[in-house]
Amino acid sequence: MLTRENTVNLVLALLLLVAPLAANAFGQPFYVTLATRIAILALAALGLNLALGLGGLVSFGHAAFFGIGGYAAGILSSHALSYEPMIFGLPGTVQMPVIWIVAVIASGLVALAIGAISLRTSGVYFIMITLAFAQMVYYFAISWPAYGGEDGLSIMVRNQFPGANTMKPLSFFLVCYLVLLAGIGLFALIRASRFGAALQAARQNETRVATVGIHPYRIRLTGFVISAMITALAGALYADLNRFVSPSMLSWHMSGELIVLIILGGTGRLFGPLAGAALYVAFEFALGGLTERWQFFLGLILLGVVLFARGGLLGLLAGKAKHG
Amino acid sequence: MTIALALEQLLNGIQLGVMLFLMAAGLTLIFGVMGLINLAHGSLYMVGAFACASVAAWTGSFWLGLIASLACAAAAGAIVELAVIRRLYDRDHLDQVLATFALILVFSEGTRWLFGDFPLYLDIPPLLQGIVNLPGDASYPVYRLAIIAVGALIALGLYLLIGKTRLGMRIRAGESDREMIGALGVDIRTLYTLVFALGSALAGLAGALVGALQSVQVGMGEPVLILAFVVIVIGGIGSIKGALYGALLVGVTDTLGRFLLPQLLALFVDPSQAGMIGGAMASMLIYVVMAVILAVKPRGLFPPAHA
Repeated sequence: MLTRENTVNLVLALLLLVAPLAANAFGQPFYVTLATRIAILALAALGLNLALGLGGLVSFGHAAFFGIGGYAAGILSSHALSYEPMIFGLPGTVQMPVIWIVAVIASGLVALAIGAISLRTSGVYFIMITLAFAQMVYYFAISWPAYGGEDGLSIMVRNQFPGANTMKPLSFFLVCYLVLLAGIGLFALIRASRFGAALQAARQNETRVATVGIHPYRIRLTGFVISAMITALAGALYADLNRFVSPSMLSWHMSGELIVLIILGGTGRLFGPLAGAALYVAFEFALGGLTERWQFFLGLILLGVVLFARGGLLGLLAGKAKHG
Repeated sequence: MTIALALEQLLNGIQLGVMLFLMAAGLTLIFGVMGLINLAHGSLYMVGAFACASVAAWTGSFWLGLIASLACAAAAGAIVELAVIRRLYDRDHLDQVLATFALILVFSEGTRWLFGDFPLYLDIPPLLQGIVNLPGDASYPVYRLAIIAVGALIALGLYLLIGKTRLGMRIRAGESDREMIGALGVDIRTLYTLVFALGSALAGLAGALVGALQSVQVGMGEPVLILAFVVIVIGGIGSIKGALYGALLVGVTDTLGRFLLPQLLALFVDPSQAGMIGGAMASMLIYVVMAVILAVKPRGLFPPAHA
């Protein structure tokens, strides 16, 4: 069905594909990298949007999962290159699909632990606790010297994806783009599923959900874990994009940025994270070219968006969200 | 390990706790009265430190700097409340988080713009330099003891202000039913601005006091802010008493953990490993404490009776 929102979504998806193809054709690989950054940040925010947009769980700690994904890529590839076995004598790897699986499982386990405790609380407690747990992971990464500590960990050669030369910007972009599309598809499936309905209902009216015999805690925990897994996958890609992972991926600024992406795009909307990421990277690029102090202006713009322009970019382009 | 060293570390922990209390008291007051989560509280801490350092450098007097830090932080708080925060009281927490996150960007980059990228330094005033001898051959810097004393005085002052004065009565009334006290003719908007300025002044004071112990730089407020969050979550959001106990608990646990854990581990594994693992574990310790407390009491140690 081609509603206004679907049309906008389609245009966004096509634009993100066509722009880097054109940039590549004109020999401007920098813009391809910019588009890759958009795709990866959109995927990270998409993960958070599952918890925040659908479940109403304002997690201020998703940088933890983003960083865990990044460190999965960094640690596995560093072991593969040094031929040093990891714990249990397992070898490292430079194959992206294996790295992604490890990133998703590791972050899922951490999210299960963090979520199990944090979801006992709600509202402002939840915000602060997820923030605090993410800081815990952050300080752990800083004080654990084995993988670079504060200095971070370089990925010498970008990890490989079967059938693609990931060192070429365009090939790597296409990998990220396809993963993003798959993520968006998964989000749409979840949103339309029984589970997604329960997750959204738990946001709207917890008591009613409990009354019909669904345990809101379990639904939320499941949503939180899936959300973390998607964000971790983006983290693994982000580490490969920069060929570097450091505790800054785990910092609370990152958590804040992910929320900002969602709000800029439109909370709970399928393509909100993509719209937000595109807008954010464009701001960063345009303002960063004009002034060194671009964050000052970003802050002002953000204030304006929160105070006066609710609904984000998609709210502007595609009208109000249909669900409440 | 000597008794003296342990005593010193304990005092360090209390001093950190007192600093955290100054931050947490403002945060928890603002949340309790206005229901607002303020991420930019760390920026007001930074404003206080910068105001103190630059006025002290300009006039040569730490004490004038201290007054300036209180005045600047309170003024910055009041301006921010009037311009931005006021519009957020009726919004959900997500909007509050975002708007105050945006304020952090503005404050941090704005300060960098004004003062440059290099840290400022603030000297301990001559009156408070030197060390005192404590029982058991321990010695401790006077300045840090003075910080502890200031914190104790502020805690007492807040207790009196909130428990015994008319303003305190209004603050408590605002916590329990803000519509009712509006209906009774109290100017709630002015009250909110006052409470916000008071919380900001406390944060600014904390920043100025700590400024003499470490360098004054952009971003200095953020680690403290997050520790203050841990404090108020442990203590119960909205409770000043909880903030005091939580702050001391976090301060002492963090300091003693960093000091004791590596030594404790050294009994089991070799020293270099113990230092590394112990250090990493110590940095996570307060979060573990927080998790345990929340697992037992999800609303903190001293949850406010209402709400």
